[in-house]
Amino acid sequence: MTHDSVGAVSTQFFTFAEDEPFCLESGETLSPVRLAYETYGALNADRSNAILICHALSGSAHAAGHLDGDPTKPGWWEECIGPGKAFDTDRFFVICSNVIGSCYGSTGPASINPATGKPYGLNFPVVTIGDMVRAQVKLIDHLGIERLLCVAGGSMGGMQVLEWAARHPQRVRSAIPIATTAHHSPMLIAFSEVGRQAIYADPAWNRGDYYDKPQKPDAGLAVARMIGHITYLSEESMQMKFGRRLQGLEKYGYEFETEFEVESYLKYNGHKFTRRFDANSYLYITKAMDYFDLAQPTGSLAAAFANATHIKFLVISFTSDWLYPSYHSKELVSALTAVGADVTYLDVKSSWGHDAFLLEVDTMTHLVGSFLDRLVREEQVAPPIGYTPRSRLLATSPDTRLRTQLAETLA
Amino acid sequence: MSAQLQTLSAEETKQTTLRPDLLAIADLVKPGWRVLDLGCGDGALLEYLRDHKQVKGRGIELSESGVLACVRRGLSVRQGNLQEGLADYPDQSFDAVILSQTLPFLDNPAMILSEMLRVGRIAIVSFSNWGHWRCRLELLFTGRMPVAVDLPQQWYESPRRQPFTVTDFARFCRQIGVFIDQQIYLNRGARIRTGRFKNLLSTTAVFTLQKVHPR
Repeated sequence: MTHDSVGAVSTQFFTFAEDEPFCLESGETLSPVRLAYETYGALNADRSNAILICHALSGSAHAAGHLDGDPTKPGWWEECIGPGKAFDTDRFFVICSNVIGSCYGSTGPASINPATGKPYGLNFPVVTIGDMVRAQVKLIDHLGIERLLCVAGGSMGGMQVLEWAARHPQRVRSAIPIATTAHHSPMLIAFSEVGRQAIYADPAWNRGDYYDKPQKPDAGLAVARMIGHITYLSEESMQMKFGRRLQGLEKYGYEFETEFEVESYLKYNGHKFTRRFDANSYLYITKAMDYFDLAQPTGSLAAAFANATHIKFLVISFTSDWLYPSYHSKELVSALTAVGADVTYLDVKSSWGHDAFLLEVDTMTHLVGSFLDRLVREEQVAPPIGYTPRSRLLATSPDTRLRTQLAETLA
Repeated sequence: MSAQLQTLSAEETKQTTLRPDLLAIADLVKPGWRVLDLGCGDGALLEYLRDHKQVKGRGIELSESGVLACVRRGLSVRQGNLQEGLADYPDQSFDAVILSQTLPFLDNPAMILSEMLRVGRIAIVSFSNWGHWRCRLELLFTGRMPVAVDLPQQWYESPRRQPFTVTDFARFCRQIGVFIDQQIYLNRGARIRTGRFKNLLSTTAVFTLQKVHPR
């Protein structure tokens, strides 16, 4: 079965904080702030069918459709967003915006600093998940949406979802945090830091000042990405994907060349990543994730959700995810249950590791689709004009290769 | 659109044939109650309570297939293990906490019952009765462990269960200071009036339990 696409899409831009600077959690300010975003589907009459999708570390606003009409440029969550898919663009107005600090059109370290006329580099202020979400609030205001029907996202996207629910509860009716955590654990900070150290150690990084230089800190960024990739997989999925197979060799060469398939995979993906991502953005966004701790300042997760009891939650984790293990989600579910919020939770059996949130499409479609059906019924959400119902698509023959490729472009 | 969906779910409901002990439980639930269903399975009871009694229901279910089925029915369900207790739930946050046909499978029934009555105003339990005359005769004449009439499962099958009778359960409730209020007895799905012989004649019992003495 072929999945319908939302078709040609283009990235749009929204600029704010031109007159009054945008205040960041660090105490620094940013002015102006530009957000890249895409929308799919149509708003209904009372603007109650909007869903915000939040992307992960290296994602962009391009979550679905063919960018500028090019079918070779599908969105990063192509299989879950579209007509008849989990986030059904026939029924919902789906928004995805690039986070501040990133390098896909929103203001980040590679943007021009109006004070100097040069790229910010390390002069870009440190941003937090809270800052990213407050920028999204401005976008939602700009789009004239009072309350989002749903905020959804996996990994760092899930952190943004939780931030929305905890700090902007009146703007949200439901939340779908997937494969995420309410606080970055020391292990996660450690992985972030090793990635950053790889970038710092690259002489071409030049303390973040490399935008006008011929050489970029690609070697450092590639290593950072390789570390990331390992954490997105599981031992089982690596065993299935690569085993101990050799890459183009009959026997061991007893030399320091790329011999195993897994080495080749990491090298290839690490270097591919440098063609699409900015090293400084990698530093800033990993830092933002490290600062994320929803229980602060009260120290209690339940207190953080005290005003979110009206929000309906669908929490999803994956059994083989060791980066954001299931017990992080269970902790979240416990806190939400304690405050009396309506929580649906499933730890999906999967061997794909953290990447499962992009790969377990059928289970996700089932869970998210049914959850949204229920919201439509309970919150009486009207469809946009011209809507005709159709049955939800499920991939009958899962194209794992395509999904793996998609997963590799994100996470 | 929403009317259309309601029609759909009404149609689905018509097809639902609720297990007799679940129907008996549903009869004990008052309209509009807040209900927590422990081990809610595919959510058939919660769906019925939502559609017929406007109940605000929540479920806890261990199996992935059960959780997925509940979500498909549009229910609020949480994957979880009852053996870990109900610690996350605030005191007296439900009108009723339901445990249907699950008690013989739990390691610590006293803990579960006390948790149910901490979280809920009343508890509703249903269980198979191994005190039924067929079970007694089976052991007497065949010398084999009886299989409960409404729970056709051999002793070696998983999950393992601990057989008990209506009388056992009543004594147990007295021991842990829990009062049995309403009692419904079923014989192969049909409600029966039992008089003195409830333990002998019923295949399944449905009780409401509470911490204070029923007036």
